[in-house]
Amino acid sequence: MSRIGVFVCHCGENIARTVDTAAVAQECGKLPGVIHSVDYKYMCSDPGQLMVKQAIAEHKLTGVVVAACSPHMHEKTFRRATAGAGLNPFLCEMANVREHCSWIHESRTAATEKAIDATRMIVEKVKRNAPLSPIHIPVTRRALVIGGGIAGIQAALDIADGGREVVLVEKEPSIGGHMSQLSETFPTLDCSQCILTPRMVEAFQHPRIKLYTYSEVESVDGYIGNFKVTIRKKARSVDEANCNGCGACQAVCPNKKIPSEFDAGLGKRSAIYVPFPQAVPNIPVIDRERCSYFRAKAKGSTKVVCGKCAEACGKGAVHFDQQDTLVTEDVGAIVVATGYRLYDIGKDQDSELLKGYGEYGYGTVPDVIDGMQFERLASASGPTAGKILRPSDGKEPTSVVFLQCIGSRDPSKGIEYCSKICCMYVAKHTMLYKHKVHHGQATVFYMDIRAAGKGYDEFTRRAIEEDGARYVRGRVSRLYRDGEVIKILGFDTLSGEPIEMDADMVVLATAMRPQAGMAELAQKLSVSYDKHGFINEAHPKLRPVETNTAGVFVAGACQSPRDIPDSVAMASATASKILGLLSNEQLEREPTVARVDESTCSACFHCERVCAYGAVEHKDIRDRSGNLVRVVASVNKGVCQGCGTCLATCPSKSLELDGFTDAQIHAAIMAF
Amino acid sequence: MSTATAIENKSPASAGRFEPRIAAFVCNWCTYTGADLAGTSRVQMMPNVRMVRLPCTGRIDTAFIIKAFERGADGVIVSGCHPGDCHYSEGNYHARRRFAMFKELMNFMGIDERRVTFSWVSASEGRKWGDVVDETIERVRALGPFDDYKTLLEETP
Amino acid sequence: MKIGYFPGCSLHSTGREFNESLRLFAPAIGLELEEIKDWNCCGATSAHATNHLLSIALPARSLALAEEQGMSEVLAPCAACYSRLRTASVELRENPSLQKEVSEVLERPIAATAEVRSISEVLSRMTADIRGAVVQPLAGLKLACYYGCLLVRPPKIASFEDSEMPTSLEGIVSACGAEAVHWDRKLDCCGGGMSLSRTGSVIRLGRSIVSDAQKAGAHAIVVACPMCHSNLDFRQRAMLKGQEGEVVPVLYITQIVGLALGLEPEKLGLRRHFVKTAPFIQRITTVPATAQEA
Repeated sequence: MSRIGVFVCHCGENIARTVDTAAVAQECGKLPGVIHSVDYKYMCSDPGQLMVKQAIAEHKLTGVVVAACSPHMHEKTFRRATAGAGLNPFLCEMANVREHCSWIHESRTAATEKAIDATRMIVEKVKRNAPLSPIHIPVTRRALVIGGGIAGIQAALDIADGGREVVLVEKEPSIGGHMSQLSETFPTLDCSQCILTPRMVEAFQHPRIKLYTYSEVESVDGYIGNFKVTIRKKARSVDEANCNGCGACQAVCPNKKIPSEFDAGLGKRSAIYVPFPQAVPNIPVIDRERCSYFRAKAKGSTKVVCGKCAEACGKGAVHFDQQDTLVTEDVGAIVVATGYRLYDIGKDQDSELLKGYGEYGYGTVPDVIDGMQFERLASASGPTAGKILRPSDGKEPTSVVFLQCIGSRDPSKGIEYCSKICCMYVAKHTMLYKHKVHHGQATVFYMDIRAAGKGYDEFTRRAIEEDGARYVRGRVSRLYRDGEVIKILGFDTLSGEPIEMDADMVVLATAMRPQAGMAELAQKLSVSYDKHGFINEAHPKLRPVETNTAGVFVAGACQSPRDIPDSVAMASATASKILGLLSNEQLEREPTVARVDESTCSACFHCERVCAYGAVEHKDIRDRSGNLVRVVASVNKGVCQGCGTCLATCPSKSLELDGFTDAQIHAAIMAF
Repeated sequence: MSTATAIENKSPASAGRFEPRIAAFVCNWCTYTGADLAGTSRVQMMPNVRMVRLPCTGRIDTAFIIKAFERGADGVIVSGCHPGDCHYSEGNYHARRRFAMFKELMNFMGIDERRVTFSWVSASEGRKWGDVVDETIERVRALGPFDDYKTLLEETP
Repeated sequence: MKIGYFPGCSLHSTGREFNESLRLFAPAIGLELEEIKDWNCCGATSAHATNHLLSIALPARSLALAEEQGMSEVLAPCAACYSRLRTASVELRENPSLQKEVSEVLERPIAATAEVRSISEVLSRMTADIRGAVVQPLAGLKLACYYGCLLVRPPKIASFEDSEMPTSLEGIVSACGAEAVHWDRKLDCCGGGMSLSRTGSVIRLGRSIVSDAQKAGAHAIVVACPMCHSNLDFRQRAMLKGQEGEVVPVLYITQIVGLALGLEPEKLGLRRHFVKTAPFIQRITTVPATAQEA
């Protein structure tokens, strides 16, 4: 027989003003199984909690019902008090007589009536509550970081420095990401590579960081604390253990006219290549689509074509027959830091949301480049060794026009959002240009100057006031090649005048987009993403680096356009979250999970089909000699999130949800 | 029986007017929290609803609804997260399909489907929750008491 | 192909040759034009600047008549008419309450089922027919196809082709055997209805268009809008005052097709232009020898 205690709270006047709390306590005291029923001014106060504890001890209560505020407010408080008195905390529940009653009704009679009903329903439920214990799941105390740009490197270093192992996966042959391509960084004009390269080396040499370059995440199984990640190591065609990075292979490669990805297409590379001299690791990779050896082989030719790199290698490290390999890593937490790519103004777009810029010739006009290409022109390590020269004829441009918001903030092109960094890097570009070409004139067409950040507005002012950049508020409606120059037709919205001008070079500040394949990656990780492919954070204000999947975190520009300081801050935030998570040997979870009655389960597996988490497994039931008797469904308690959809789907009612069993709910309805 | 006493004890203010009893099955994350918000925002509504909190609309077995009618409910509200916003990704999609079918069953059983409200109320829609409650109560009030099962219960020994 | 036809006022006045040339060659390519009976003004320029309901109701009446007369498609050669008719049709389809209001004003039902087509859309659909009917290929002729504004914009209304880089006229002139030159001013504004009120602006705008066509080596500018035609043709002498280079005749796309189909320049209305077309006509008549060899 149950021995239930009912505790009715006045919440000062909040409840008592509308609900006759004494009457509630008195009525509920009459319910069968209730042996103690009282009301008190502040149940959540220390004396209030003490009342609960004392009553549990004194009356040997088997269940506690607190009629007070919302369980979202104080369920934890009263469960803790219950546990403090030695009773299982899950035998305590709350009836909501404040938010759902006293605050929303005026009639005292009706509100009191409703409070009695609500408490009675919970009493009936609690009579059928079972003692539950939190679920403990083991934690693999290492982390995976996807993406080796500045965000990924920072997250990996912080976690590794915090004492946990990190697996860092980068799809390109080298870590470094976009930051390694930049010339100088705003607002300090620091050399980007000078501040990044040491961090790349540190990540590479860190004893607790395991680096997979030229690799991609193939699949992800498991759940928080227990992810199993399969990584595809793409065939590099070069033995990483043997190669010493001497570069002899690149020197002899006959195929040297391939546009370099690192130089944003402005420089050239060979078919066997290291993306840039400071690459980490400094190990080349063969671009099989462009290497003559592999092209001949792909065409079915049996003749060995080329192979000069293998001959030149003194270490015998070039392996043409290398294959992709799959490796598995166990980790407890994952950081997604896959970064961004730039929007292309071409006619063909990879998303039906997007449209190109026909008015700018769909990217076919010579000397119209994007911001990353300008970075490479301005970079000392770039194709022009830091000289600003036009790609078409190598002449020094005396007039450069910068166009902001290309794609960004333009719903007609498919991107509504602001790419956030363009205002700043365009200001930087005008300064770099002026510093290198003193007689040159930079003109910027802008919509707004968004320079919020420490030292940012000062920086744009400097570009205008000290380096003489001409800022024109307005859009360019059309640009085209007119002989030697690029004709710009635009509009100055401040003076209301149309503008027609000539430029030697045009730089487009194209929008930041998430990397290609984000939807696929997000699906592998079961994290949500927006229509553009940016990963959604769990809460825009309070949980900015968590995702909706426990144990998966997000850092940098794959969440939304971010500059370097933002990305680094996010990365360190994920590291702190993950170090906190990995400081536990076990994780504790609410025991609200489903379980299967194996005696009645008919193995139809409807539950498996409706489970959003893949928590339902097939379990073999064997006799003593090991013969398979039958197969039943089984719920993985670590994966189950406790929604209960499987219960309502089960035709044989073989599933139960602890904390919300059919018996509990029916009892509550019966007391209706 | 509790139901009978509850009906007899209705407040004098509403004497003479039929006061329907409504059971609400709501999910913990959206509608329950939305109803909490209605409370903190002091959104006034009629007091005829008795609420059962569940983790997700996906948990709501249609048997609960029938049981509520059997126990004297004149109407039922089922409410959870908006499609696409489910805390458990897709529980409400399963619920939506289930309830689409259940409406057919209700017609077959002779329960007027207007007695059941299916709605989506998010954690930020306190005002909407008040509207759902009041609209359902008014609609069920107009339909009159659901007596079919009560009579049966009385006749059953 | 049979299609509803909305000539509009221009095609009966300043743009007569647009109408005449189209009607002249249409049978040769199997295009049957069925004029909407009792059509009225499309309301261009003034109506949509003054009263939104009027600007929809005026073209809607013609569209309603087209529906009543069983037309599923309506060709409006004038770019301004096309724009007004199409705007009305798009807005009526999107907005049921507007549809109801307009229908009450017109005192006749309007469902906006008839699709409004531009001349470039209809002719580019028929390039195969044109190619088959060509008797006088325009080989060696360089033409600058000029779109102006209303034929392809705004993109939501004139959704037939890429509003920033249209190519339909180029396709039609190539079917006639001519070469479409690459030039950059094909989408610039000619000054439109400002011809009388802001003549200076129109001349300045037109000058850059005509100069660019000259620079591209065009023998003629091809247009599909009576307003563009009158601006570029009538005011060209003023535009080129003090400039180098020869005048560039301005022809309707329908005149170009007519010439390729071997029709007499006189009947196609080429003599009615301000910029002399005689040297241009000369060029065509000297072409056949080489063209026929090819």
